[in-house]
Amino acid sequence: MQEQLTHLRAEALAALEKVSNAKELEEWRIAYLGRKGQMTQVLRGLGALSPEDRRAAGAQSNELKALLEQRFAEREAALQAGSAEAIAASEAIDVTLPGRPVQIGRLHPITQVIREITGAFTAMGFQVVEGPEVEWDYYNFETLNIPKGHPARDMWDTMWIDQKNKDGERPLLLRTHTSPMQIRYMERHKPPVRVVVPGKVYRYEATDATHEWHFHQIEGLVVDKGVSFAQLKGTLEEFAKRLFGIERKVRFRCDYFPFVEPGAEMAIDWQGRWLEILGAGMVHPVVLKNMGCDPQVYSGFAFGMGVERIAMLKYGIDDIRHFYTNDLRFLKQF
Amino acid sequence: MKAPLSWLKWYVPFELDPHTLGHRMTLAGVEADKIEVRGGWDGVVVGLVKAVNPHPNADRLRLATVDYGAGEMTVVCGAPNVAAGQKIAFARAGAKLIDGHTGKPAVLKPAKIRGVESQGMVCSEKELGLSQEHEGILVLPSEAAIGTPLDAVLGDAVIDFAVTANRPDCLSMLGLAHEVAALTGGKVREPTLRYPETGEAIQKKTRVEILDADLCPRYIAGLATGVKIGPSPKWMQDRLTAAGMRPINNIVDITNYVMLEFGQPLHAFDYDLLTEHRIVVRRAKAGETITTIDGQERKLTPSILLIADAARPVALAGVMGGARSEVSERTTNVLLESAAFNNINIRRTSRDIGLRSEASSRFEKGLSAELPIYAARRAMQLFVELCGGTAAQGLVDVYPGKAPQRRVRVTGHRASALLGVRLTSSDLTPVLRSLGCDIHHASDDALEVTPPYWRMDLNIEDDLVEEYVRIKGFDSIPTAKLSGAVPAFEPSPLLALKESLRDLLAGAGLQEVITYSLTNQAGQALSGGGNGLRILNPLASDQEELRLNLRHGLLKTLAINQRNQENGVRLFELGRIYIPRSEELPDEREILGVLLSGPRDDLHWRRTEESLDFFDAKGLIESLLAELLLKGTFDPTKDAVLHPGKTAAITLGKTQVGVVGEVHPKFARAFDLLERSAAYFEIDLQALLEAMPKDERRYQAVGRFPSVLRDLAIVVDRALPAEQVAALIRSGEMVAGVTPFDVYTGKNIAPDKKSLAYRVVFQSPSKTLTTEEADGLQERLLSRLAKEFGATLRG
Repeated sequence: MQEQLTHLRAEALAALEKVSNAKELEEWRIAYLGRKGQMTQVLRGLGALSPEDRRAAGAQSNELKALLEQRFAEREAALQAGSAEAIAASEAIDVTLPGRPVQIGRLHPITQVIREITGAFTAMGFQVVEGPEVEWDYYNFETLNIPKGHPARDMWDTMWIDQKNKDGERPLLLRTHTSPMQIRYMERHKPPVRVVVPGKVYRYEATDATHEWHFHQIEGLVVDKGVSFAQLKGTLEEFAKRLFGIERKVRFRCDYFPFVEPGAEMAIDWQGRWLEILGAGMVHPVVLKNMGCDPQVYSGFAFGMGVERIAMLKYGIDDIRHFYTNDLRFLKQF
Repeated sequence: MKAPLSWLKWYVPFELDPHTLGHRMTLAGVEADKIEVRGGWDGVVVGLVKAVNPHPNADRLRLATVDYGAGEMTVVCGAPNVAAGQKIAFARAGAKLIDGHTGKPAVLKPAKIRGVESQGMVCSEKELGLSQEHEGILVLPSEAAIGTPLDAVLGDAVIDFAVTANRPDCLSMLGLAHEVAALTGGKVREPTLRYPETGEAIQKKTRVEILDADLCPRYIAGLATGVKIGPSPKWMQDRLTAAGMRPINNIVDITNYVMLEFGQPLHAFDYDLLTEHRIVVRRAKAGETITTIDGQERKLTPSILLIADAARPVALAGVMGGARSEVSERTTNVLLESAAFNNINIRRTSRDIGLRSEASSRFEKGLSAELPIYAARRAMQLFVELCGGTAAQGLVDVYPGKAPQRRVRVTGHRASALLGVRLTSSDLTPVLRSLGCDIHHASDDALEVTPPYWRMDLNIEDDLVEEYVRIKGFDSIPTAKLSGAVPAFEPSPLLALKESLRDLLAGAGLQEVITYSLTNQAGQALSGGGNGLRILNPLASDQEELRLNLRHGLLKTLAINQRNQENGVRLFELGRIYIPRSEELPDEREILGVLLSGPRDDLHWRRTEESLDFFDAKGLIESLLAELLLKGTFDPTKDAVLHPGKTAAITLGKTQVGVVGEVHPKFARAFDLLERSAAYFEIDLQALLEAMPKDERRYQAVGRFPSVLRDLAIVVDRALPAEQVAALIRSGEMVAGVTPFDVYTGKNIAPDKKSLAYRVVFQSPSKTLTTEEADGLQERLLSRLAKEFGATLRG
């Protein structure tokens, strides 16, 4: 038995030395450690020995089996390491080829700028609401202190809907500004109110590099007790800093809109020039009354800005018509 | 309003340079739109021509000896009009001028002209850049002092002010002067209104009758007899020209000049051409006509206010005079009109007849009825002074619309509250006075203010507060943060839905577009036709109606882009359609429209050559719905623009919320699409919103026991919708998932059959399924499929 074990040990280890790949290793395992392998045969043969011999031979057999298993594992690990290297070497790719394209779309630059602007205001406690684009003269003009025949109506060249009412008037129009929502919102809400209203507006206006008949505005309205022009300035300055950078300087100058008093226009310092970006003012007492607010108790401010103009400034776009030509070579830049 | 600053300075002296003045005015609300500076003539001074002698070598040239203050010089001059005793613009060598021949800037060099050395030049208007006049030299006024830089004599700046609709007073030199005075602390000088009234009493010569006082609150008539029509003096012509008006004759020029001075439009009639020499102010009668001074015959309607004589219309009130009574060279007696008209009526008339004039654009903004008397007296004074006329005694002044004087109370308290800065009435007083306000009574906090008659825009307390702040400057107001409570939050589900759809779609590789809301009938036809709200005044033939679909805009966008895009085009728009409703605003429905076309993969070294199709669109919808916790059903349907065999209605519960399909080949051709196929879908967001469940997701334990996967390939009738098969499998025992992974027709499958392969997941919540159990589940499923659909296992 002793002899047999010694022989087996020498033979098995020599054979293992010759093993050079996984297949041969597996054959070796089957030959020596497999169910019908030599080691198993030896262990089975133990049953025929006397109890004394069996103990000694059993211990030696198990020792040999453990050795062979250990060597097998070592050999396996060594072979695997070698073959993985070889496989990896054969699988090299050209990492300079472009990756598989992943489709990532973009939002229209106007949507992006609307989000930025409304985001600046929501951070200051404003809510975003929307309103109808087809409006009554009543909301677009009359309740905003621009009665019929008012000379200020010329400030908004209007597209009218071809539909007459019983009195032969045409009361429907495409809203010329987002300001009608000032009244509409206040009809359903009580102060305190802080809202911004993004949306499309329309003008009867020939198109050129700086004019479109169809563009976007963002209206803002604050109504509460004790709202002042100083707060208008503070709020809009804060907005300009959030949108255009913390160092941005702003300038207010007097301007006229019939629904505010005093009325102002805010310009930002842009490459050494003052560029006007929005109109604003304290809500006119007549408009406050139309909102159902007592001007002796409540005050407010309103503002409005053109989104395209701000987008053009931000991105250096020289022609407003790009926005609605929808050329992907333009849109994908943003 | 073009304001020559040399003219403005007559009314109010100021030292500010044109740009500083323009800036200050802009901040105060009267925007300096353009500033043109005339001058900058280096080395050009006023000279006196002392003698003119013939040139020794040239008949057409002469030698002028000029005293230019610092010395005398003889120069060669070719101008025919040069004469001794003239004051002229004299340029010495080195002066920057315009070359008279080339019209380009040039520096004057000494030159020998026909043998005579010339070290300077007597300038023409062209050489100074004043006009194209190059025949003769520019002759300066005799009072110009020798040696004075020409800038000091002729230099000027013209500021073009963009005047807002509320400030017609600033459409006048005096109005602007009051602004300048308030901004600089200056005082306004008024022109003289006195003139010798040496003629007959005016009441004996004319009469004015106002029949429609609602449209004409005041009418003043003046009369100047024996006037001599001719050109107006040069200074007046120069001022009018600089202000952008064309000189005509002395009478017309005076009416224009006074209009620019006071902002009150005037009209001069030939007195002798007025029937019965009298004026009737009345509405037009139906069928009346008038030929205006521009030679146009105009049909009148009863809404139009007329100035008539005893017989017929002589002017469109406040808009334009009539040709028949116009002042001409033969005129000797002039009847002057200075009146107030209802601004709304003037605006309407001017729109209705399509005629806007300097007069109407002022009247329509609402002028003071106090203004006509000042303008009338000023014009009469100039008629007498400049036209040799005799003024009748007095003026006819019919003033049925005289209103009580406006008084406005303003308090320091209100100003403080509105502006957010501590103010008292004594802060307001000096500013309001500087603008011409009268302050009647002042207490600690309150002022009783009468605004100046020319400021029709000052009516309420807040108007006066604005006056304070615009003159002081908005910089005088500090900034503050909003201090009140933040309003209660109000959710806006539609807006939130739109924003999340935008993010989802962009994340899925689609580009957002925004298209025009207006279209035409051809565009409406893409959703089956119908009439959108029509625009009364469309700007173009493809912008006649409010759209009823997003399809037109999206298809046009695809058509525009396909040629520039080698890769697939994936577009989406979240926009409104406008469904008319009677007596109401239209229903503005928010729609999501998606259009996919072109290769699915971008050009790439492993690109698969497949085009985006129906199932890309449907897959996108399924993902969007899943994100919104929804599951839709898709059933074949028909659509105006989509492929009859590749279109499905998208249904949530029982409501159809949209449609998906491939664009019908005939529309692909109509839009000149290069790719024959394009997949489109649209979803109505309101319907989507209504179908969206509340987010009631609760955590569920992930199944602990392993699942068993089985692939079933069955053969069914070709027409059987696959979803029916999937639905049956889904309803099977222990089925945790089912996904079709192959659909096959063709070889080895009967022509009226198709093979569907599904991967089915079996899972038990309570134990590990044995192979035998899974086999049983699969068997039972197959027998149900066989019974229900005649399905057979694919061999």
